[in-house]
Order: sequence, then C-alpha cells, then structure tokens
Amino acid sequence: MATTTRAATSHSSFRQGLSRIFHRWLFSPGALIRICTLIITAIAMLPIAHAGEGKILAAPGVTQIEGSAGGGLTPWAVLAGYASRDDIAGSVFSSRVGVDDYRLDVWGGALNFYDRVEISVAHQKFDLKQAGAEIRQDIYGAKVRLYGDLIYSEWPQVSTGVQYKRLQDTAIAKAVGAADEEHGTDFYLTASKLHLGAVGGYNLLWSIGVRATKANQLGLLGFGGDKRDRYSAQVEAALAVLLNAHVAVGAEYRQKPDNLGFAEEEDWSDVFIAYFPNKHVNITLAWVDLGDIAGQDNQRGAYLSLTGYLW
Amino acid sequence: MTQANSQASSILRDATKAIAITLTAATLHLTGCAGVTQDASLYRALGGEQGIARLVDRFVEEISYSEDIAPFFADTDPDRFREKLSEQLCNISGGPCEYTGDSMRDSHSGMSISEADFNKTVDLLINVMNKEGVPYPTQNRLLKRLAPMRKDIIYL
Repeated sequence: MATTTRAATSHSSFRQGLSRIFHRWLFSPGALIRICTLIITAIAMLPIAHAGEGKILAAPGVTQIEGSAGGGLTPWAVLAGYASRDDIAGSVFSSRVGVDDYRLDVWGGALNFYDRVEISVAHQKFDLKQAGAEIRQDIYGAKVRLYGDLIYSEWPQVSTGVQYKRLQDTAIAKAVGAADEEHGTDFYLTASKLHLGAVGGYNLLWSIGVRATKANQLGLLGFGGDKRDRYSAQVEAALAVLLNAHVAVGAEYRQKPDNLGFAEEEDWSDVFIAYFPNKHVNITLAWVDLGDIAGQDNQRGAYLSLTGYLW
Repeated sequence: MTQANSQASSILRDATKAIAITLTAATLHLTGCAGVTQDASLYRALGGEQGIARLVDRFVEEISYSEDIAPFFADTDPDRFREKLSEQLCNISGGPCEYTGDSMRDSHSGMSISEADFNKTVDLLINVMNKEGVPYPTQNRLLKRLAPMRKDIIYL
C-alpha cells in the first residue's frame, strides 16, 4: 500500500503532513495547559520582569526537536532565550512533526544562564501510526558558549553541547537490533554567525556543526546497532535570511548515522519560515524530508513549533 | 601557413593582453571607487544631511523618554550630542563629514553600560528608523557599520 502514496508531490505531502499535525490537538491537552499556565504567568509578571534585552529580536533562533536552541532539526551555537551576560532566561516549547507514517510530539523547556550555559529538557512521543505503537524518550541537554556573539563578535559564536537521551519504551529499539535500547549521549560542536545586511541589505545567518552520536532516529530506535556500534561524526548545517525584523526563512540539513541492518536511515532536511512577533514568542512552520524511517520510505511532511520566552 | 599561424597567435596574444589590461583597469577602478560609491549610497539612503538630522532629533527624543537609558545622558549636552552623532552617522554612512567627537571608548568609559542597556538603545534606534520610514535593508546596513563599536561601549 505504501507505493501508491510514494508518488505524492512535495506539495501534497506537505498538505498531508499539515492535516496530520492538526488531525488531533496540536498540543496534547496536558502540554497545552502547562504552556498556557506558563505564558499567563509570564504575562502577569511582565511589569516586574522584562524579557531579556540582551539580544535583538530573533537572535536566539527557535527550538530544535531535541530541545536545544537552534533551528528546527539542528542545534545552533545560540543559547535559548534573550538573556544577556547579566541575567537568566527561561523558555518553554512544543513541537509537532507529521510525516506520512509517523508523528513526533515534543515539548519541554530551557534555561539560559548568563548567555553562557543552556540547560534543556525535552520529552518526545513518537507515534507509529500503522503499528499503533508509540515510543517515548526524554532528552536532557546542556550547551556551553565557548566564544563570541552571533552578531557582534568578529568570528562566529561557537558552542559545544551534550544531549543525554533516555528511552522509556525500549521494546521496539530492542526488536530492530539496537546495541543499547536504554540510553545514549550525543556530543556536538557548532558555530553560527549572523551577518548584518549581508545579502542586499538583508541579514544572513548560517550555522554549521558536527555531532558525535550513536543514536538511531534521534535515539527513538535505540543506540548503535548490528551494522555499527560506535560513535560516528555527523554534519549539521543551516542557512537563513531575515526578510524583516520578524520573519526568517531558511533551510537545514542534518546528516544521520546508519547503524541498523534492518532498515536504512537517511539524512534529514527542511525548509522553514519562522515568525517572531515579539521577544516573548516565536512560531515556526517547516516542510521536512526525513527520508526512510524504519523501512517506510520518503517520510515527508510538516513541522510546527511554538516557543514561549517567559522572562 | 606558418606565417598565418604566427599572425593568428600574435593577434591572440594581443587580444589576451588587451583583455588582461581592461580587466585590471576595471578591477582597479572598481576597488578604487567601491568604498566611495557604496558608502555614499547608504548616506543617500538615509536621506542625506536632512534625513540624518531627523533621525538624530528623534533618537534624542526617544532616549529622553526612556527611563532606562535617559540616566546615561544626564550629564550630556543635548546640542553637542546631536551635532557629534550627526557627524558620526554622516561619516560612517559615507557622507561628506568628519567626525570630530571623542572616541567611542573615551565617551563611554566609566558608564558601566551593560549588554541589556546597549540593546535597549539599539532597539530605540531601530524604532526611530521604523518611524522615519527607513527601509529594513538600509537599517541593517547602518547597524552593520555601528556594530563594531559595541566593544568600545559596553562594560567600560
């Protein structure tokens, strides 16, 4: 049955992905209540606690699907929130990716300490629609800014980070031949730079990073496998242009390891548009191509993400 | 036959030489003028002397309304500040002006300006440019010229 839908054009797969995203609640009721509570609290606190003023609008980027500040798929050298070196910023996010045969829900939060250290927590729920199963995973992240400022330093901002991943549902990882079906740790080094007025007066942002990982499909299918059970270096890159102070468009690419013999794992890419109405919220919409996942080929669809900056 | 050949090759050599000279001249001409034409275009895009004067007037006004930023200017003579900032914006945008004020480091040292203060002031300037209808790409080009001064402004 798979082959009939394979001919779907990018356009229709994006539409299908969107309809899947909106098929049920965009955010699970629990997450929705949590986010609303935090946003209401933040708004109530506004008069006494300003949102961080340490950066210009859109400079913290958005939240990637493992909870770190970056693009949608890849972590960047920027840290979550508008904190300057004198304050702490907190943010929450919720994202949903809908592709042909799967759906991924992610929610979590991040703290930015003095624009030096970012601590993040993310909870992923991966829905295998055909199998009627789900895989849940928790990701604890830390990122340290090693050098520079995205905009003001002469050289790019450079950060290094770690993502510790713990699978809650291990049965599928075990079944597909993962070497470790419980937990794994990714390490990454990333450099990002925003060039003011670089393209006909428009701001250009680029980011490039390398990740050492054993994770199969983010870790949802365990870590390491029968084909390869050691760390490999994967390249991640992003390019974006700010159309005005509030809107950025761009593309991302994320190389993936291929550790499991039962099915090929392919590189990911996306094209996104991010909207920053103010320093309290951003919303990002993307068309994603996740390639083959666990034997289901050409997994394409839509990505929608919301990040709220609390203080 | 050989004569024709050598004639052809000499024409080819001359043509190559001519192209090389033209390209070199063009490059020299472009690099020589690039700075000037580009700079002047930003000055013009900002509306020249009058445009910059309006920006500066409005910026001073915005600063005076800002509870966070106004205190930094408590001891500043507004007329002198207006004059020096106009000169500076004219100068860095490629206009026909000389900046005669103090260096950025001298004029900001001892003020303990934080990253957040700096950023609020940048936001004030962006607001002013929005109100004056300065197009977004022009705003970015001006910010690009101002950005390197940050290290001589904050935490001094």
